[in-house]
Order: sequence, then structure tokens, then C-alpha cells
Amino acid sequence: MSLCELTAHVLHEKLKAREITAVELTESVYARIVEVEPHVKGYLTLTKELALEQANRADTGFQNGDDMPALAGIPIAIKDVICTQGVRTTCASKILETFVPPYDATVMTKLHEQGIVMLGKTNMDEFAMGSSTENSAYQITHNPWDLDAIPGGSSGGSAAVVSADTAICSLGSDTGGSIRQPAALCGVVGMKPTYGRVSRYGLVAFASSLDQIGPFTKDVTDCALILNAICGSDAMDATSVDVHVPDFTQSLINDVKGLKIGIPKEYFTEALDAEIADRVHTAIAVLESVGATVEEISLPHTEYAIATYYIIAPAEASANLARYDGVRYGYRNESPEDLIDMYKRTRSEAFGEEVKRRIMIGTFALSAGYQDAYYRKAQKARTLIKSDFDAAFEKVDVIATPTSPTPAFKIGERTADPLQMYLSDVMTTPASHAGLPGISVPCGFVESGLPVGLQLLGAPFAEEKVLRVAYTFEQNTDHHRQKPPIVTDGGVS
Amino acid sequence: MEEYEIVIGLEIHAELCTESKLFCNCAYTFGASANDCTCPICLGMPGTLPVVNRRAVEFAVRAGLAMGCEITASSKFDRKNYFYPDLPKNYQISQYDIPLCQSGQVTFEFEGEPRTVALRRIHLEEDAGKSIHAEVTGDPTRSFMDFNRAGVPLLEIVSEPELHSPAEAIAYCRAVKEILEYIEVSDCNMEEGSLRCEPNLSLRPKGSKELGTRTEIKNKNSFQELIEAMEYEVRRQARILDAGEEVVQETLLFDASTGKTVAMRGKEEADDYRYFPEPDLVHVQISGEWVKEIQPTLPELPAARRERFISDYDISPENAEFLTSTRPIAEFFDEAARRSGEPTTCANWIMGDLTRLLNTAEIEIQDAKVTPAHLNELIHLIADATISGKIAKSVLDDAFETGKMPKEIVAEKGLAQITDTSEIEAIVLQVVEDNPGPAQDYRDGTKKAIGFLVGQVMRATRGKANPQLVNQILTRVLSTE
Repeated sequence: MSLCELTAHVLHEKLKAREITAVELTESVYARIVEVEPHVKGYLTLTKELALEQANRADTGFQNGDDMPALAGIPIAIKDVICTQGVRTTCASKILETFVPPYDATVMTKLHEQGIVMLGKTNMDEFAMGSSTENSAYQITHNPWDLDAIPGGSSGGSAAVVSADTAICSLGSDTGGSIRQPAALCGVVGMKPTYGRVSRYGLVAFASSLDQIGPFTKDVTDCALILNAICGSDAMDATSVDVHVPDFTQSLINDVKGLKIGIPKEYFTEALDAEIADRVHTAIAVLESVGATVEEISLPHTEYAIATYYIIAPAEASANLARYDGVRYGYRNESPEDLIDMYKRTRSEAFGEEVKRRIMIGTFALSAGYQDAYYRKAQKARTLIKSDFDAAFEKVDVIATPTSPTPAFKIGERTADPLQMYLSDVMTTPASHAGLPGISVPCGFVESGLPVGLQLLGAPFAEEKVLRVAYTFEQNTDHHRQKPPIVTDGGVS
Repeated sequence: MEEYEIVIGLEIHAELCTESKLFCNCAYTFGASANDCTCPICLGMPGTLPVVNRRAVEFAVRAGLAMGCEITASSKFDRKNYFYPDLPKNYQISQYDIPLCQSGQVTFEFEGEPRTVALRRIHLEEDAGKSIHAEVTGDPTRSFMDFNRAGVPLLEIVSEPELHSPAEAIAYCRAVKEILEYIEVSDCNMEEGSLRCEPNLSLRPKGSKELGTRTEIKNKNSFQELIEAMEYEVRRQARILDAGEEVVQETLLFDASTGKTVAMRGKEEADDYRYFPEPDLVHVQISGEWVKEIQPTLPELPAARRERFISDYDISPENAEFLTSTRPIAEFFDEAARRSGEPTTCANWIMGDLTRLLNTAEIEIQDAKVTPAHLNELIHLIADATISGKIAKSVLDDAFETGKMPKEIVAEKGLAQITDTSEIEAIVLQVVEDNPGPAQDYRDGTKKAIGFLVGQVMRATRGKANPQLVNQILTRVLSTE
């Protein structure tokens, strides 16, 4: 097994025992990148030189016998929506093609304190708007399990690189499912922490009241390690919440006896792919067999989640993206007739279709005369959706659902039909509205060989319970150990 | 003009003098090089977030309390969306439906009568940057942006439309300015743009209850321009109404050089700001305890202080006006009056010689080396006849220059009056002997000749002899000889 296939916690032991060096590990990942990245196309920017410097620094620490943090020397990829000081951050948009932030996002500061090796910046849907990563202005990312299929989105690049072993772990961002859904579609672990758990400072905003940063990993243990590194309140983010951050590795307990798992009936409708329903039911049965109590519950306002999401998120986005106007940074049309023309040309030329669509939807939803019917009504629906969850968590500890209603679909299959694309988020947006922590863990494969994800949701700040159930499931199955055969015309990689 | 009633409301924007901006840690200095007072947050760079400056909220609460507002326990910020190059995010973080302070009133004197104008609200928002165009750069092909001011906390004070003449509106603005200066939340420097008054003005037939269509006049940075603009606008609207036409609701700019208002080119989509709650911020919580902590730190406000000076110190209304014109002057006078127990004398010194010295030196009273303690000592030195009023003036000049206490100056320079009668008598005798002519004139009945002799005595003592004693002794000596 090459080093790039291993998990962070296994690699940490090897680094600590000085069986391997961080430089060897980093070289192993880049060798894998040379091999499969031309097919997967998960990265927008690679920072090998910087990565090797960081690896060297970690090695010095290990050689000196310093007490090294769990992520020291671990090669990690970063979604290109997270600001990295001195490293181009494009949000997969033409409008930020040349944007190099003079500051690090708070999560980057925290990861650098751990001594990570940053591999590069991953592809995504432009400004995190999309469910397939096809909305990138630069490239299409391919699902390692089927190169003709999408990796999910919007953090498709971050999911694909972990799946393809071109990164040990990665960071993504989840607004309506943008971590959980690609994790499910690429067969890796992906977690969105509670809204307010992780600082959003330096995360380029899509929908501020929903956006949250989280990890993609090869197993639940690594997920806990990354949470340990990135969680915590931040004076730079007024919406980060000052609550105790536990050591999440303490939740890695292979035991769910006494825990109640709720199965919301609204998630198991006819729209759900039959094979997905089957794998998820099987997964729930596994949990039941090891001692969890399973109970059907109802989340009656689930059906409004998508409509609500596609009003609130675009509304916030319409303001958040107003700053990309060509005045201060990024793309600018150089031959406008006047100021207004400069705005129009700049934004028309440098935003992609989906971004423009959402800016239009959001602007409309906030307009005088329409705000009550759309934005305000959506806020009310959001409150109802949240109350559903509040009531449910009075009865159960964790809620289990499919992460995505279908396995990864083919590239181009849904691009002509935005509504169909939006429905990809039907399982993930409700928890986003409520700000809940949610994880997707691999729970099997459909006949065609594509992975299926099990979504586990907890009450706000109940990440520990979610991790415990996820870890128990993982310890009693081996789906997470399956590796994609990257089949190209040249053979299997 | 007789047939119309003028109705004016005011929006006053005051920059708060907090150490840092409203949502980031940048300090703002007027006149700094362009874009020196900026950071990724106030430049609206991708991924940055605002965090509310607690001090700015405290200043807003101070203003609210000073103007009798209700302080909102839980208020929120909203985004006001419009595209303009001076607005880094293309939305301004402001407060829409739940402002920090609600209702309230400002009382001031107008044409000798007290007037109270109701406030609608006071809220906090961020200031925008500044465009620099060809008239400054000389390059008509491009404009530049200076974001130094972007993100500076602004207090917006909105009055009800209850003012009925441009002069009354100005009196209101002055009263608000005075309060803000008194509570030390804004330096209210109109030339530097830290206080901006924007009147909205309409006319209606006298006796009508309905409001006419109003126009807004933008960013005037002197009261002189403001009153000219309003007066012009009253005439303009009256002409329109007289002609049976309708006033168009719009925002106007006043051009001081032509003395006319002109319609401003509207901000893009100025009609619909699409306000919605700022998702990057949580509600601003102001506890009753916090308000209770702030309340006692407020100084006595100008109107109350004026009243007290008139009633307690028996100061004339005109003098009280002068003595409360700034908080430092009022506090100087108050302390000097209390220490000395001679309010009228204190007032005369402050309004007379001290003001003359301050004006010459071009400094403010709070920056002077002379303190109420100096003035108190000076007044006592006169009262107990240690020095004459004339000498006192030179002692004040000296104290103003050096900061030394009057007693010390008097001692050092030997300025104490000679009150020893035998010493004065000896000098008087000498003067009479040296000036037989005038002495004889006096004895012959030319009584005014004594003036010359007094002058000679004073000259011989370099002004230190007590003038009353000199007079007494001279009279006695001349009549007995």
C-alpha cells in the first residue's frame, strides 16, 4: 500500500515512530497526483514547492522528538473557497482568477499551527453554487468511481481528491449539502459541523447564515482529528459560538447501546432511488444489530426545505457577491462606456450562468413588493423546519437518512435542468436550515459500483453523538476501506 | 410665501470618534494618505467578516440617552444594497426596522422660546469611502477611490418633520451638534465631514394637515450653505406650487457657487435598497445593567446647564449661552465659580481677558495652562487687595504663558500692593515736595490736580500702591499742610 492511501491517524503513528518522513509522504501523494489527477481533475492549484517546505518543517519537528500535533506533516487539500494567504483563491470563478488573498482564513491559521502540508486548492462549483462541480469556470472534476460521473458538489474537488488518494484529507464547505453530498457520491467521510462551530472568517461567503467549513476524510477517526483542529469560537466571526470544544477523538467509541436513532419517514419517498433506500435500510439494520434503538419519526416540513433553501441562499448570495464589481480586485472589463456599463460587463462576463441565475433569484426575492412573499415567507418556513428537528431531538439522539437521493449522475446529465439539479440537495438542505451537525459515511454501493452515503444528523453541538454512531457503523462495516478503481482508457490506476 | 407652511425634517449623520472603525480594528485619521486606514475587512475583501465595535454601540447609547430615546434591548443590523464605487461591499451595514434608539427629543432655544423637536430614531451604520475625480487628479479618464473613511461608525439621527423654517432647522442642528460634542461621541467637525445635515423639505398650504411632496438636500458641510440651500429650496418649491405644478420627490445637491439646488444623479436602483437582516452579525444586546452603567457617565447637558447657571449663579441668559457653548468652557466656569464663590467675576474674566488670550494663542480653553484654580487664586488676590485689577491682568497674562500660579507670580515679581500706610505716606510726601505746582493748584481749589499726584505716586511704586490708600493719604497730606 502506498502512503497516499493511508489515513492521517495511521500516518501520524508512522511519522512519530520515524518509519516515514513527511517529505516521503508528500512525494507519495504528488506521485499519485501525477498518475491520476489528469483523469480526476480535482485540483485548481497545486502548491508542491510550498508543500515540501512545510513537510520539511514537520520532519524537523519529528526528528527533534518534539511533541507533534496529530496533523503535523499530513498532506491536506483545501477547497478554493477558503482564503489562503499568498496562494490564489478563485472560488472556481473567472471573476477571482487572479485573486491572491493577503490573509489566511481562520481555519488555515489553525491548520498551519498543527503543521499541516497544504497540497493545493480544489475545484468546486463557482462560489459553491451547485451540486456537481460542473459549474466551475475552469474544469470538470470526475468521480474517481466512474470518470464519466460527477463527484457531487459543490465541494466536488475536495471529495474526489480524498477518494482518489491524491490527498489524505481535505477541507470543504457546506451550505446546503456541499460537503455531505459529494462525500456520499465519492465514497468518503464528509462532515458539516454545527453552524457556529467553525469560524467562517476567510471562507468566501455564498450564503452567510448557512455556510460552514468541514472535513473530508477516509475514515471517522480522521474526521475527529480535523474537527479538533478547526473548531472553536473566533473573535473574527461574530456568528461563531463560544461553546466548549471537546476532544472529538473521545467520541470514537464502538458502542451505540442505549442510543436512539430516528428515521424520518419524509426522506424515504418514491423519489428516492430504490438501491439507495435498500443500502440505507441495511445500514440502519447494522446499527440496530449492535444495540441502537431505531424509531420512525416525522419531520413534517421537510418538503419545503428545497424551496426555502433556494430563496434564502440566493438572497444572501445576491448581496454577498455584489462586491465583485471590478472596482477593487478581480476581473474588470477594460473598455466600458461608463461606470454602470463597467459593472454590467464585468459581472456578465466573469460570472457563470448558475451564479447569475442565483443572483437574479436572490435579488428578486428581496425586492420591494416581493420580499414578503418570498424572503420573509422562506424565513418562516426555515423556523418551522428547525422546530421539526428540535421536536425530533427531544425523542432521539441521532437522525439517519440517505445523504443523496441518487448515486452520482453522469456529467452533463442535469446541467440543462437546474430544478433537477437543485433536487440533489433534498436530503441535505433541511439540516442546513437548522444549522445541525451532519456527517455522511460510506454505506455500500449500488449495482453499477457507485458509492452510497448514510447521513447522520445530530442536535446543535451534538457532534460527539454523531461521531460515535458514525464510528460504530464504520467499525462494523468495511465500505470505507474500498478504493475506487480509476478506470481510464489507459487501464486501471 | 404667506400661503405656505414650511415643513422640515432632518437626518443628521455624525461620525463617532471611536478609536477603531465600526466593524474592524482600523483607526481612522482625517487627512491620512489615501487607503492608509484600511484593512481587508473595511475593504470588503472576499471572506472577511464584520464584528461590531462595542465602543461604537456605547457611544450610540450615550447619544440616545442624551436625547431621551428608548434604548432597544435587542436591535439588529441590516444590509442596505446599492452599487456605488465608494461602497466596498456594494451594501452598507445599517439598521433598518429595529434601530438602537427609538423616539426621543431635542430641546433648544429658538427666537427666545424653548422648542422641542421629536426624534424618530437614532441608528448606527458604517460610512462609505470617497471617490477622487478629475478635479483633484487632473486626469479625466479615470477616478480613484480612497477607502479610509469606509467603515467609520456613523450615527444617524432622524427627526420628525416638525421644523418650520430654515432658521429653526439650523437651531435644531446646532443643538444636536452641541449635545454630541458635550457627550464626547463626535467631534462634529463639519469641514472634515464628521457632521452632515441632510434636510428634507416640503411646503403645504397654511392650515393643511397633509404633508406636501418633499425633496432631500444632500451632505451640506456648513450651516451657512445649509441655510442658503433650504432658503433656495423653499423659493423653488413655492414657485412650482404657485404655477400649479407638482414638486418631484428627489435628492438634490446644493451648489454654493450658483446658490441653486440641482437634482443628483440617483444611485443605481436607489428606489429599492432590498434591506434584509445582516447574516454575518448577531443581534446587538444592550442589557439594562449596561444602560445603567452608561447613564451616570453622561455629563450635564447644555440646556440643563444653561438653566442652572442662570438660576444658581445669577448669570444673564446671554452670558450663560456663551459659558455653555462648549463643554470645556462650561466646566471651566462651573469649577471656577464653585471654588471662588464669585460667579459673576469668574464669568467676566473668562469672557473677557481669558477669551482674548485664547483667541490670540488660537487654542481651546481645555488646552490652556490656566485652570479654574488659577482663576480662583487670582480673584482672591484682588479681593484681599493683594493686587489691583490692573496688575491682575498682567498676572493672568503671565500665568497663561507659564502656567505658574498667580501667588507665585506676584511673589516672584514683587507685585503685591503696598498697603503699609507709613510707606505710602513717605512716598506721598516726597511726591508733594517734588511737585509743588500741582499741590498748590489743589490747595487753591483745583481739585482735579490730585489725579496727577496720584499718578506720580503710582508711578513711584510701579503700580503696587493701593490706589484707595494713596488717594486718602494724599487728600489728608494736602489739606493739613
